[in-house]
Order: sequence, then structure tokens, then C-alpha cells
Amino acid sequence: MSGYVYYPGCSLKGTAKHYEESILPVFKEIDLPLEELEDWNCCGATAYFSVDDGMAAAICGRNFSLAEKIQKDIIAPCAGCFLTLKKSNKFLAEGSEKAKKILRALDKAGCSYGGKVDVKHPLQVLVQEEILDRIKARVTRPLRGLKVACYYGCQLVRPFTDFDDPDYPMSLDRLMAAIGADPVDFSAKTRCCGGSLTGTIEEVGLRLNYILLKEAKRRKADAVVTICPLCQFNLEILQDKITKKFKDDVGIPILYFSQLIGLALGLAQKTLGFSRSVVDLRPMWAKIQNGGQR
Amino acid sequence: MEIQRKVKYEEELDLKFADLIKEMSGDREIDHCIQCGTCSSSCPMSVYMDFPPRKIIAMVKNGFKDEALRSFTIWLCPSCYTCQVRCPAKIKITDVMYALKRLAIQEKVYPSRFSIPVLDREMSKMIGKNGRNSELWVVLNLYLKSKKPMGLVKMAPMGLKLMKTGRMSLKKESIKDKKQLRTLLKALKEEA
Repeated sequence: MSGYVYYPGCSLKGTAKHYEESILPVFKEIDLPLEELEDWNCCGATAYFSVDDGMAAAICGRNFSLAEKIQKDIIAPCAGCFLTLKKSNKFLAEGSEKAKKILRALDKAGCSYGGKVDVKHPLQVLVQEEILDRIKARVTRPLRGLKVACYYGCQLVRPFTDFDDPDYPMSLDRLMAAIGADPVDFSAKTRCCGGSLTGTIEEVGLRLNYILLKEAKRRKADAVVTICPLCQFNLEILQDKITKKFKDDVGIPILYFSQLIGLALGLAQKTLGFSRSVVDLRPMWAKIQNGGQR
Repeated sequence: MEIQRKVKYEEELDLKFADLIKEMSGDREIDHCIQCGTCSSSCPMSVYMDFPPRKIIAMVKNGFKDEALRSFTIWLCPSCYTCQVRCPAKIKITDVMYALKRLAIQEKVYPSRFSIPVLDREMSKMIGKNGRNSELWVVLNLYLKSKKPMGLVKMAPMGLKLMKTGRMSLKKESIKDKKQLRTLLKALKEEA
């Protein structure tokens, strides 16, 4: 396949609008402009696999068919979409009886799939040597003095890791260093945030996210950098409740990696969705402007 | 105090259960479980579980079907795949959990009104119908169907924050070619 097509998924059109608002300009800025996949459907996330795995793979197959028609590989910024699409793609390629049935159903519905599409996460694309060099060369506003905790969450690096380590990945740390920020050692970087459990069993969500936020604070990070809408949402939105419940101030900005890259590349701050943060970003801005003074 | 037998005899077990789960999950290694506990100690959720993952695997392997399907454990698995990646026997533990969830839904033995299976079903229904998930509407359905309207009241401050920052949409999302999606799901049912 030649080039990429953008698969937003539900979050980047809703609670993670600022992810879309920053990832698209960043890709444009490094000469990889992304078009949105026409009439894409939802990936089904973990929910559909818990109800009917055949249907789950079939609806992903429809997306692959749409991408194959225009000969593009899919870029999925949401780690949930990334894993669900990758898992279904692998399943359809394995040639089991069940997979054959799904491919036949796709044929009948007029969305045949020949198995040629690859699924990638934007992080994976941005840390390719050539692209990383391009980013480095185009940084106009290095984020010196900004300490970041790079949080990968679970579904980007597990179980299909073809570009980084499943327990202690470093690609996002390298990317953040390339734009001048200072990644701290963050041992909780792939510990799960609980995903949708924060909405179903609050007690669980609060504790899991408290562990992550506390660790980031202990490492003296000025912000947590995420690559997944659900992680970003959980870590940010639950902060008030966590602070209250555990009587411990866990307030810290939770940003998308693309927002910081955009900033470093010199894109206008107000176009990168920073205003959608519900956490006060002023202490963080002070750190960047001081350029390492603290 | 009434004295009860605490062990099960072989005739009370479902000896075909392991094969069924292997078939449903695509896992081929479950027989090789050495009960090392790497899964349980890796699991961020095991402190909340009635049976940690290691015990669930033993239950599946040995035919304790009811116990496994009725456990809270399977619903607490957030599919972070830590256990699956670390398992020295290469058992697809997360996929086994998914298979157990599906079987529990099929056999209607999940805890009633328990919010997690309700969320899974509501979200799948919406995607099957419209091709897209509308975050707000899924949450609304979740609280109504799990009969926890107070949950919605508690969510109000969060909703307000999202509204203020323009991150909440009231729109019901949908794909254009819903007909194709319907044809696809129908064709798949006919194949099965």
C-alpha cells in the first residue's frame, strides 16, 4: 500500500477532539498529510469482542475493505482502535474456517477484503528513523525544561508489539527527547488505566488512576503524555475525585503527544486543542518558557 | 453449622469445557498451564477479583464451568494483555477471558444488572445498528439498563466539564451506508 489513511474512531470525534486537532496538523507539517477514511465504521472496541467475535472481526473487515479500495494503510491514533483493528486483521489473515466465513460475508455485502491493508499507530510512524530526523530538523520551539512522564498504556504495546517493548517501551520517550522535552523514568508507563472500567466500577478506576498519577508526580513530571484517548480521559477527568478520595493532590496536565509535537514544530498553540484541557496548564507553560530554570 | 462437601467429584464437572473454550478463544496452550501465578501477580485488577486469573485458568482446564462463568473476574478483565504477554506457557489468557464473557452472555449467567456486560451489549447494539458509537448515548443507556439512575446524577459535574471544553457531543453518530452494514451482519448470520 502507498501512504496512509486516517481512521478516527469514536473518541477523536468526541471526548478526544484535541487529539484529532493536533495529530492532523502535525502529520501535515511533516509532509504526510492524512485524509479521513470515507464512511468508516466504529471498530467495536473491547465491547464487541465480549459479545460476538465474528461480528467484531466483520465490522473491522468493512473498514479494511474501504482502505484497500484506495490502496492505503490505516493510521489509528486510538490505542483501542489500533489493537482491535490489528487483532481482527490478523484473525482474517490466519485462514481459519471462521475467518473464511467472515470474508465470504464481506464479499456478499459488497465490501470484499483481500488482506492487503496494514494497521499502524501514529507513534510507530513518527519514530521511524527518517521521520524522526525530519521532526528534529523542523523543531523551532524545543520544549526545554519540560519534564514529561510518557504513558503508553496497555493496548498499544500489547499483545502485538512489532515496534517496541511490551513492558518498558521507549519510542515515545525518544520522540519527546527529540522535541527537546525531558522524559522522566516512569515505571508505570504500561500499567493499565482500567479503560472503560472507570465508567462501570468507579472505585476500581479511581485507584488504578491514582497509582499512575501519583507515580508521575513522584517522578516530578510537569505533564503526562499519552497516546490513547481512554488513558487521557481517565487520567484527566478523574483527578478531582482522586484528590478528594485519597486526600492527595494529583493535579497534573494530561496531554496528547501530538499536542506537544505540534507546539515544538512551531504550530500555533491555540490551534492544537490545549483549551480543551480541564486541568490548569499555566504552571506547565511557565516551565517551558523558563527553558529549564526551576 | 451445616457441614458441606467442599470438593467436586468428577461426575459434577464439565469435562468438555476446556475444549469448548479452546475452540472459542483460539488458545491451544491451556493444558500446559503450570499454575505459576505470573498472570495473577501481573494483573492490575486481581486485587478486586473473586478468583485471580491463575484460578480461572485452572477452572477452565478442569471443567469448573459454572464457577468460571459466574465469576466477576471475567468482567473485571480490562484486556490489558499483561498476563498474556508474560505467560511462560504462552496461554492466550486475555482471549480465554473474552471467550468466557461471550459464553456467559450466550448462556445468560452473568451477574444481573452488573454494569460491565450491560455496557458491552449496549455498545455492540449501537454499533451494529448505526455503524458508529455515540459516547454520550452509550453512557445514558448504560445507566438506564443497569438501573442505576443515581450514577447519572453523580456524572453530572464531569459532563459539565466536558461540555464546557466542547468535548461532549449530543449528536447520534451514524455511517452513511447502514444498508451495507445490515447486509454484512445478515450474511454473517447465514454463514454461521
